[in-house]
Amino acid sequence: MTDPLSAAHAHPHRHPPRPDTDDTLGHYQIMEIAIRELLIEKGIVTPAEIQRAIEAMDARGEALGARIVARAWTDPVFKARLMADGTEAVRDFGVDMGTTRLFVVENTPAVHNMIVCTLCSCYPRMVLGLPPDWYKSRNYRSRAVREPRGVLREFGLSVPDDVEVRVHDSTADMRYLVLPLRPGGTESLSAERLAALVSRDAMIGIAFARNP
Amino acid sequence: MSAPAAATAAVPSRFKPGDPVAVRQAYPPGHIRTPWYVRGRCGTVVHALGPFPNPEELSYNRSGLPAQPLYRVRFRQTEIWPDYAGNRRDTVDIEIYQHWLEPAGDAR
Repeated sequence: MTDPLSAAHAHPHRHPPRPDTDDTLGHYQIMEIAIRELLIEKGIVTPAEIQRAIEAMDARGEALGARIVARAWTDPVFKARLMADGTEAVRDFGVDMGTTRLFVVENTPAVHNMIVCTLCSCYPRMVLGLPPDWYKSRNYRSRAVREPRGVLREFGLSVPDDVEVRVHDSTADMRYLVLPLRPGGTESLSAERLAALVSRDAMIGIAFARNP
Repeated sequence: MSAPAAATAAVPSRFKPGDPVAVRQAYPPGHIRTPWYVRGRCGTVVHALGPFPNPEELSYNRSGLPAQPLYRVRFRQTEIWPDYAGNRRDTVDIEIYQHWLEPAGDAR
């Protein structure tokens, strides 16, 4: 039998946009349920294994990313490793990036970084958990590369005109994490206190780290 | 006999950081990771990331080999959107596989 996916997709047209609705089950949601039930019926996976995988996914969250940022702020050697090879450096935190790689981009007084995936919703899940709904929205994905300063203003972030806004379109194998600027007046804070200043949004680049 | 997989698994890289490149202006069908909005535009290689299996092949359950060198390419916003309203130094960095890139004459 020929590969049904290839046969079905070897055609030169653009797929129409799918509406962003979740009030009814779509084709792929129904397919996911059907395949999951089949895998369970055939004894390939158990419901408990699926539940554990979901719990592991839910357990990853922004707190992990914030700890990584706080360590980079307080440990120059770790920061150098993180910037040179993020994938390797975050192994210190027990993070396995799988088939992707972590690429850390650093905000400076001259450059503000922000992350988007215009193609789908690629996101550094291994260090930030599941992406927020707005990150996956067509609105954010299309406008972040077209009018990033307007999008940032809508998030309440005003980046000075003379600061370069650098958007990273996460289109392939890298997963991006923004290393925010360390707020002033935090020299005496512990890494633990610093981590509390680092929000998920600051690590996507649509916010600054909080002042203490 | 075929050569060891390691010898044939990756396409040799053509570009290095600093090189000016142009994105192919092509619109083939299939699973393409090169964003539409950057095709035909010129930018500068900022990072050579090494070889990665070609997603256009992986998406059809093939091996993705030979792997394609992947680059981070920086584009000026004003190169992509001539009416861009922000700072003229604002940029977009995009990961692009080598087979979508051609040498370009000027670094923009």
